[in-house]
Order: sequence, then structure tokens, then C-alpha cells
Amino acid sequence: MESEQLYHRGYCRNSYNSITSASSDEELLDGAGVIMDFHTTEDDNLLDGDAASPGSNYNMSNGGGAPSSSTHLLDFLEEPIPGVGTYDDFHTIDWVREKCKDRERHRKINSKKKESAWEFTKSLYDAWSGWLVVTLTGLASGALAGLIDIAADWMNDLKEGVCLSALWFNHEQCCWTSNETTFAERDKCPQWKSWAELILGQAEGPGSYIMNYFMYIYWALSFAFLAVCLVKVFAPYACGSGIPEIKTILSGFIIRGYLGKWTLMIKTITLVLAVASGLSLGKEGPLVHVACCCGNIFSYLFPKYSKNEAKKREVLSAASAAGVSVAFGAPIGGVLFSLEEVSYYFPLKTLWRSFFAALVAAFVLRSINPFGNSRLVLFYVEYHTPWYLFELIPFILLGVFGGLWGAFFIRANIAWCRRQRSLSSGKYPVLEVILVAAITAVVAFPNPYTRQNTSELIKELFTDCGPLETSQLCQYRSQMTGSDAGPGVYSAMWQLCLALIFKIIMTIFTFGLKVPSGLFIPSMAIGAIAGRIVGIAMEQLAYYHHDWFFFKEWCEVGADCITPGLYAMVGAAACLGGVTRMTVSLVVIVFELTGGLEYIVPLMAAVMTSKWVGDAFGREGIYEAHIRLNGYPFLDAKEEFTHTTLAREVMRPRRSDPPLAVLTQDDMTVEELQATINETSYNGFPVIVSKESQRLVGFALRRDITIAIENARRKQEGILPNSRVYFTQHAPTLPADSPRPLKLRSILDMSPFTVTDHTPMEIVVDIFRKLGLRQCLVTHNGRLLGIITKKDILRHMAQMANQDPESIMFN
Amino acid sequence: FEHHRYDLKMKSLFFIESVFLAGVVLLSQVTAKNSEDIRCKCICPPYKDVEGQIYKQNVSLKDCNCLHVVDPMPVDGKDVEAYCLRCECKYEERSSGTIKFTIIMYLSILGLLLLYMVYLTLLEPMLKRRLFGHSQLIQNYDDVGDQQPFANAHNVLSRSHSRPSMLNKVEHAQQRWRRQVQEQRKSVFDRHVVLS
Repeated sequence: MESEQLYHRGYCRNSYNSITSASSDEELLDGAGVIMDFHTTEDDNLLDGDAASPGSNYNMSNGGGAPSSSTHLLDFLEEPIPGVGTYDDFHTIDWVREKCKDRERHRKINSKKKESAWEFTKSLYDAWSGWLVVTLTGLASGALAGLIDIAADWMNDLKEGVCLSALWFNHEQCCWTSNETTFAERDKCPQWKSWAELILGQAEGPGSYIMNYFMYIYWALSFAFLAVCLVKVFAPYACGSGIPEIKTILSGFIIRGYLGKWTLMIKTITLVLAVASGLSLGKEGPLVHVACCCGNIFSYLFPKYSKNEAKKREVLSAASAAGVSVAFGAPIGGVLFSLEEVSYYFPLKTLWRSFFAALVAAFVLRSINPFGNSRLVLFYVEYHTPWYLFELIPFILLGVFGGLWGAFFIRANIAWCRRQRSLSSGKYPVLEVILVAAITAVVAFPNPYTRQNTSELIKELFTDCGPLETSQLCQYRSQMTGSDAGPGVYSAMWQLCLALIFKIIMTIFTFGLKVPSGLFIPSMAIGAIAGRIVGIAMEQLAYYHHDWFFFKEWCEVGADCITPGLYAMVGAAACLGGVTRMTVSLVVIVFELTGGLEYIVPLMAAVMTSKWVGDAFGREGIYEAHIRLNGYPFLDAKEEFTHTTLAREVMRPRRSDPPLAVLTQDDMTVEELQATINETSYNGFPVIVSKESQRLVGFALRRDITIAIENARRKQEGILPNSRVYFTQHAPTLPADSPRPLKLRSILDMSPFTVTDHTPMEIVVDIFRKLGLRQCLVTHNGRLLGIITKKDILRHMAQMANQDPESIMFN
Repeated sequence: FEHHRYDLKMKSLFFIESVFLAGVVLLSQVTAKNSEDIRCKCICPPYKDVEGQIYKQNVSLKDCNCLHVVDPMPVDGKDVEAYCLRCECKYEERSSGTIKFTIIMYLSILGLLLLYMVYLTLLEPMLKRRLFGHSQLIQNYDDVGDQQPFANAHNVLSRSHSRPSMLNKVEHAQQRWRRQVQEQRKSVFDRHVVLS
């Protein structure tokens, strides 16, 4: 909606002839020459508190002229018109109005509480319904996360082979009870057959390798194809990560259907398919979306939340905490993530509710726990070796790497998404997904580190080498750890380097595909690979140069002083911090993931370094960058507005725009009102006393006006196109043969927020942020001058930052 | 208005979900103690000439130690203690019933969705074309863009019309849903305004 409105001061031009040196600004400033017409018959009514209006046949104040105190924000004396107070799709909610509605409802219930036991029960139910919603959300999130985990693990292994004895088991579960005893055969068992074995009959050899390769690519492509088809046909909103849109929704935007039941079902099902197809994506971001869908759906069962958009967002904040809690098994990290990344307003009550939701969700997931106790903490770190002070240098270097990679990834991904829109390849999402999946599968299969599940890779990298480990990474030449690297380690390092490059490139193209895709696990994988490489390098350095100053002080020959697994952990945290710019919540999530409480200081150092380095290149994290790419009207609470502009420079109407579209309080007819609405596309109209005095009465929203007029046409007889419309308490004097007037006072917002034209924009932006306003009226000497909407502010900020102000699309 | 219908739908969805949740939780309790679902896994590193081994047995928690599980013991009497000290034994439980139930349910929902998708994309247009002729198709895929404000109000207020039969209700719901998906598809795939 374009809200360009220009205030046309036609009748005041005469008085300014004497001001010869007036610049355009001073003209608005100088009120001395304005002839104020103090014709105040209509004002008298207001000042005297609605004294009896002049008699007329059509004195139609419902309620029989009872003195209504017009200080209520919403006048509920009349029967509320159904549909008033709801919002259109892709519009911003009015936080102030929603909060007032909730307070009204609460007051009403409380006042009736003492009347009867039934009313008392209703008030109890109302008070407890918040906890009930949050409990149900936690239960549903936990159950769905369990379903997604089990199904994704199974389908992932389906690319390799099947378990003949029980088709529903994945590789690990199939070999659970087998009796192979030697280390070399740890992963093999007779019941698990790879595809080459089933089709060709042989397990080794070049033929079976090619057959396995082919079957891997086939399964990966079919999973990806299914996923994108389901998303396209049933629920296009299920694609992407979901966190940028949830951030926008939580700041007050409405996207209908984004958190609906079809989106929930399709997101759950296609997330499994997308993860199983081997694409470089994770499932944590989509799990937040799934949890918020659950929260939204359950909030519709309770009128307290279904009818009030502001209260619903409290539930959604709690639901996103539950989502992260089940994604990582990190309840406290989930609460902090909801606070830091996702939510816009986070009062204490929401903190408790989020805590409770995360707790319930973690509990449900733990009790479903299908894989045995070893899966409680995703990447359990079992070593407790100390870290040394000199190791802070490589940790900070890893932080720098994380920040650099984060900045690079954000720029590259946004550039790719922008290019996609303009290229015709954006019109063929299915083809795009298949292409990316094909390239990923073809390049990933030969390298064992990219062939396996990304979570498994991270787990392997985090685990330190001990006597029980036999992976290629742990093949040192002697039995002692921290010693000379064998050929196995060198070849593992090469493969890891290639895997790093591959993942860095593929993730740029994968995030933004039209399938559910998350960013956490790929970022952590990249960081873990880089960290492990640095760790092994440090280890070899310590072994070969143990006479250097650092190593001589702290390391003894033969003792393990460098733990490469720790470097992997720190690297993972640094990369994730660099791309999302999370701080506290990230550290808490990582140490809840690994259980490595001794390593908080290195983690914090690396995360802070990566945030500083990343911020040096650009202040936005990946989610804010995607919000800006999509043009959502999101007023970031973290940005500071440091320019010295005034309200009158930002307000509409500007010099060259048509005059401000206003309604007069009792002068208009139904026909004129409809004409105003049809000719303009503004969201709301200020209501003034009269065209001469331009004094503000209130603000009326377009949607409410249209619904009220439609309602009046149906329910009330005698409303004709030339019926008078009045926003006052009592009808104006009309000649005896006029048709019945229409009272629209109930939809009028009597206390719109106003600022004067001299208010600095810093304060105006602060007001918008803190109160959650949609629009703010600008007055001068008490007279209405213009209007500032949220979109105007966003455009102004974009202009100040030299970005394209036309990219803000929604209202 | 819209919320009443949502209420009914949500109540039925809620019912289905609670049944599913109850089923999952019950199953995980009932099937946990299947004897095949518990095991003790002992990993013993290489020791002298003996190579690294892994031993598994279906024993309960109190018997989960090296002496009970490592069978046959690869070293002689006096080395047993040293060997067992290096071994790491872990007790693990799983719930194969939950896994089976989940995978089967997932595959059946996936199958149903695939069938419905095939029906929507391939069969329904063919059937409609045969029954109603070409004009109906065009009407179905009308552009539901930004309409004049009073038509929207009309929609909002006209929720209370009574629909005569169940079939009509389903047909109406499906049409509305299809229109919504069309809108979503436009904003995601064509205008690229949501989700880039």
C-alpha cells in the first residue's frame, strides 16, 4: 500500500504572502499567519462531555442517550460488529489495540468472577489456558521431533541398503544385536545388505562400488524430487527455513497460512525427505517452524489466544523455544534463542512460558527416545582434558575464520537468491532442486566424510581419539595419543579439506531452495571440519617442535596436550556464530549439545571474535538479511537510528503528493465515504472535526469501515447512499426527510498516537519500536499535518543507509 | 466466523493428534522391555597380542560389566583384570516398537499424500474436463488477486450461511483450500516476495 499523502494547505496560503524569505520548511513552521477558524459548535459538544445534542428525529445514539464516558479506547456500548478488529493478510497488527482488547476481556471476566461458580471456573480456565496451550505445544513439538528424527535416520540409510530382517531399521539398529566382534567389522552384519549386494550379489569390487554409487544418486534424486513436488502442490509456505518469516510474524506481521495445518504436515514430511536426500541442509530451523505451527494451531482452541493477535505471539515465542529445545536437546539454549533471535517483545511472562514449553518438549522427546540412552545429548563429548592458555590463539583464529566465513556466506547467499529472482531458473524450482541434489550426490559419494550423515560427521569430528576409536582420523603411528600422525591421518586431512570446500560451496546454493532447509548443521559441520584440521595441525606442531617456548611450558613429551576434538567444537561454534550472529544462546546451545562445561571460555572467546569480525563486514545476520531481501516490514530492535532528521521530513504527504485523505466527523455521506475508500488504497484514515479546523478526532481503519458499512447495509434498514455517516456520540442535526444516519463511532480509535512535526526521528523510531505502532499522526500546533507509517520509517532508514527504499513492499 | 470453522477443524485435528501422542507414549512404554531391546555393549581395546574387540549381550543393567559380557575371555586368568579395566561397558535400551510404528505411519502418510497429489495434478483435471468442458477449468484457476474492499467484507460477513449437505461442505472447503494454496504459490514462486 502506498501511503503517500500530502497535506494541502490551500486555505492558508494567503496568510503567508508576507513571509518572503520562507523556505519550504519555514512555511510549515510559522503558524503565526494562519487564520484559525474557531467555529466551535461541534467542539462544544465534546468539551461539555456530550451534552444533549440538538433535537432531531434521528437522534440515534443506541443506549438511549445515556452519558457514555467517551474515554474508552473502544466503545463497546453497542453490539460489536463481527469482523471488526481483525486484520488482512500481509498487514501489520496494532499491538496497542490488541493489548487493550486483552485487558478489556480480562477486566470483564474478573468482574464477573464473583457472580457464580461457573463464572469462577471460567476465570480459572482463562488464567490457566496459557499454560495449557504451552503444554500442548511442547507435547506436540516433542512428538513430531521424535517422528522426524526416526524417519530421517531411516531414510538416510535407505540410500545405502536395507535391513532384511526388519525393513524399518536403519543400519545401526539393524546391527544392534549382531555378534561381530572385531574392530574391523564394527559396522558390518549379515542382516544389513547394501544395494550392490542385493542387486549384484557381491559386496566388494568395482562393480559393486558403481552400483552403490548409482543407487545412492537414484535415491537422493527421488527424495529431493518428492520433497519439492509435495511442497509445490500442497503448501508452498513450507519451503525454506522459516525463521526469517517467524521473526517477522512475531514482530506483528500477518502471513495467513504460514503457520497452518497443511504447512505443518507438509513441512514435517518433506523435511525428512530433504534431509535424507543428502542435500547440505539441517533440520533445526524447520523444527522451529514446525513448533510454531503447533503453537498456532493449539492457540485456536482457546478464545483468549485465537481472537487476540498479540497474545498469540506470546505462545509463538514459547513455541519457538520448544522447537530449538527438541532440535538440539538444549532446553535452556532454546529459551535464550527465542529471546535473542526470534522474539520481538519478550516480557517475563513469556520467559516462564518458554521455559516451560522447552521443558515439556525435551521431556517428551526424551521419553520417546527410540535409540537408547546414547542419543540423549547429540554430540556427547567424553573427554575432560584441560585446555591451555596458549591455545587461545588458535581459538581466536578459528573465531576469525568463523566471522569471515559468515560474512562471505551471507553475501554469497543473498546475491544468489537475488540472481535467482531475475534469472529464468527461478521459474523452475523443481528442476533447480533436482540439479542441486544431483551435483551434491555425485560429488559427495566418493568422499566418506561427505557421504555420511552430517550429524554423524560432526559427532566423529568432536570425538577425541582414544584407544576405543578406530576411524581413519585416529590412525597414529604409535599407540600413544598426541603423537606422530600416520598415513591414515594425512589422507583423512586431505579428504576433510575437500569436504570443507565442497560444503562451503554447496550450502550457498542449498539454503534458499524450495524445500525445508536449515542452516545450523551445515555451518557447524564447516566449522567442525576447519577446527579439526587446525587441531590436528597444532597437534603435529606440538609433537615435532616440542622444544618451542609454548609447548615446553605446558606440554610434556608423550602426554596428550592438544585435543583436536575441542578445536572442532570451537570451530563449529565460531562458524554458527558468524552466520547467525548469536552470542549467548549459541554458547549455551553448544555446551548443552556437548556437555563440555570446562570449555565455556574458549567457546565464548571464539564466538565473540567471530561476531566482531562478522560485524565488521555487515551488521546483519543471515535471517535479517533474508528479511530485507523479501522486503518485510520488520523494524529491527537491535539497529540504532542515529540520524538527526525530524518528523516533518519523513511524514506523508510530501510537497508533491495529493492531500492527506481525511474523513470528517459528521459531514460525509455513505457514498462519499465509499468513494474515498475506493479511490485510495490507504490502510486507515484520520478523522477530523471539520475541514476548516483540522483538529484531530481519531483514526479509523479501512477494513473496519468497509465491514461496518456492509454490516449496516444488511442489518439496519433505511441506510441509503446519501445517509449521513457520523463518528460522534450523537447524530448531527439533519432535515426531517433525510435518510437514517449511520453511526460508526464504535470502530473509531479515539486515542491515536501523535507527535509534533518537530519531534526528532530518533524518538519517533523509538516510539514505534517500543509500542509496536503501525502509524503515527503528525500535528502542528494541535492541527493535523500528516501521517507517518511503519513503512515510511523503514523506507527512510533504507534511504539513510543508501539502500533501495522501494524494496519495502508490504504494509 | 472463520474461527468457528477453525474450531471444528482444530478440534478434530487435536483429537487425532492426541490419539497419536497417546499411542506413541504407550507404545514406548509397552515395548521397551522386549528382551531383544536391551543390550550391554563392551568395547575392549587392543591388549598385548589380542586385537580390539566388541562384545554384545542381552543382559540387564546389573549384569552389564566386563566379566559377564566378555565371553569367551581372550586372555588368561591373571590378565583378566588388566584387560577388563581397559574395557568400556555401556548399557543401552531401545524401543523397536516405536521405530516400527513411526516408520510405518510415516510411510503410509507419505503414500496417501502422493496418491492425493497424483489425483490433484493428473486425474482431476482430466475428469473435470470430461464432465464440465473446458470453461470450468479456466474458472477454477482464476486470478484471486487483491479484490475491491467491499467484496472482502462480503466474504468476512457471509460465514454464517448454512450449507445444505456434507458433500457441499467438503467441496467448499476444498475450493477454499485450493484458492489459498494458489495464493501461496503465487507469492512464493511467482512474485518471489515470500522466501525469496
